[in-house]
Amino acid sequence: MRFVNRSAFYLLLTIIIVYIAFPFYWAIRSAFTPDAELFKTPVQYWPSNPTWSNFSAVLSNSDFQRALINSTIVAGSITIISLALGSLAGYALGRFRFRGRSTALYMMLSMTIFPQIAILGALYTMINRVHLYNTLYALIFSDMVLVLPLTVWILTTFMRALPKDLEEAAYIDGATPFQVFYKVMLPLVAPGLVTAGLLAFIAAWQEFLFALSFTETPDKHTITVAITTFTGKTGSAFQIPWGEIMAATVIVTLPLIILTLALQRRILAGLTAGAVKG
Amino acid sequence: MLAPALVVVALVALYPLGLTIFQSFTDKQFLALEPTKWIGLQNYRTLIHDSIFRDSIVTTVKFTLITVSFEFVLGLIIALVVNSNFKGRGVMRAVMLIPWAIPTVVSAQMWKWMYDDIFGVINDAGVRLHILNHSVAWISQPSTALASVAAVDIWKTTPFVALILLAGLQVIPQDLYEAADVDGASKLTQFWRITLPLLRPAILVALIFRTLDALRVFDVFYVFFGNRVDTQTMAIYDQNTIVSVGNVGYGAAISVAIFLIIALFVVIYVTFIRVDEQ
Repeated sequence: MRFVNRSAFYLLLTIIIVYIAFPFYWAIRSAFTPDAELFKTPVQYWPSNPTWSNFSAVLSNSDFQRALINSTIVAGSITIISLALGSLAGYALGRFRFRGRSTALYMMLSMTIFPQIAILGALYTMINRVHLYNTLYALIFSDMVLVLPLTVWILTTFMRALPKDLEEAAYIDGATPFQVFYKVMLPLVAPGLVTAGLLAFIAAWQEFLFALSFTETPDKHTITVAITTFTGKTGSAFQIPWGEIMAATVIVTLPLIILTLALQRRILAGLTAGAVKG
Repeated sequence: MLAPALVVVALVALYPLGLTIFQSFTDKQFLALEPTKWIGLQNYRTLIHDSIFRDSIVTTVKFTLITVSFEFVLGLIIALVVNSNFKGRGVMRAVMLIPWAIPTVVSAQMWKWMYDDIFGVINDAGVRLHILNHSVAWISQPSTALASVAAVDIWKTTPFVALILLAGLQVIPQDLYEAADVDGASKLTQFWRITLPLLRPAILVALIFRTLDALRVFDVFYVFFGNRVDTQTMAIYDQNTIVSVGNVGYGAAISVAIFLIIALFVVIYVTFIRVDEQ
């Protein structure tokens, strides 16, 4: 749509890009600024004495390292489990007709808008009952409520769109549904698995409410909790270590940015499959 | 095949929901010395008179209205701009995805630093550009607190809304516009008569998802304000009641109330869509 003329268009585009990118620039600039200069007015827009000290402080911080590992374990496990369960469910919901199919589908859809806070207390009680408080298992269990409906929904959409010939041929050859699933459908829906896996991982990585509520000691914190409870080396009780927090921010966001840029097509396909067609 | 996924969902979502409803009728405390008693509707009676809860609902609804309207309008503008064919459009879409991929708490930290009263870039730039007379305590001051937190959410989610609307825009066939050009219709008329109606499904999806997400907001408020009383959202109040105060029974009642409020919004939307389709 030729909406506005050339120069106004590029101006708008630049404004949008600056709007999106500026906070990142600021985080990076702050990460490279030594504390002496960070807490000084007037504010420097380009660090005059850039330093790696914030980064080295953060990376050598064992709590931070632990948190990164924890986040990876939790997000990774959830992604694998939800892909496994989700693809099975996706095949059933996408390819077979049976009573209760639409109910199950709508339930999965409504789960994606389910408020986590509503079941916080109950999960808290359940987790304590089985003595899983302050463990990563508690998080892996709880985050399923966020991630599984999403993967089921995406994979159902993908499975539905697959061509039928190979599947039919396999059945004629006498394969069981599970064999057909394993040997025929899974390889075909591989791109869908990547997309769903990506979205699952990102969702689990971002999770904060359950991680905050179900863990107590820093060695069980995920990265989201760690970044909000940061007490760095340079910070005292009175001064928040913003330099280090920004360095931590950069460390956490850089891989995510690279991942997003590299796989943006897949991510967009998954989001729009879930959103627009839903 | 569907069973495993359904079992997990039942375990992680449906059972806890039932448990929450049950707990709301008890006086269960986390570190109770006495056994839990059934107290019927007493929690609910307390809830009706709970002014903090009422305030939290107001805060949450205000937040929702502000963010959803800004995100919608800005998202639509951005989508229209990016919809035109220009070099680097793919890169633009990828860039737009980045704020969405960053954990909410991480972006909250980034903005919290930018908002800092003394060393924050927003105050510094604002004063230098003579937009502000002096530094503003964006976060601590009650009058600006909600706006500051809304700005973060808007920054993070507008690109996402824009992407959903963009996907919807790209499905609209170009010939419609060309025919309208031939008929001499102005750009504005074309937008009103062609674009908006055909974009309706995507708009509704974006609005529903964003509204429900905004009603559940927790992360960014927690990072900015912790449990500060005048800026609590429903989710923060609930989480605080359950985890920090340990009042599980009362917290469960709050959870049920939140769930019903959100369900109310869903009903409103669904009714609106049904009426719309006629």
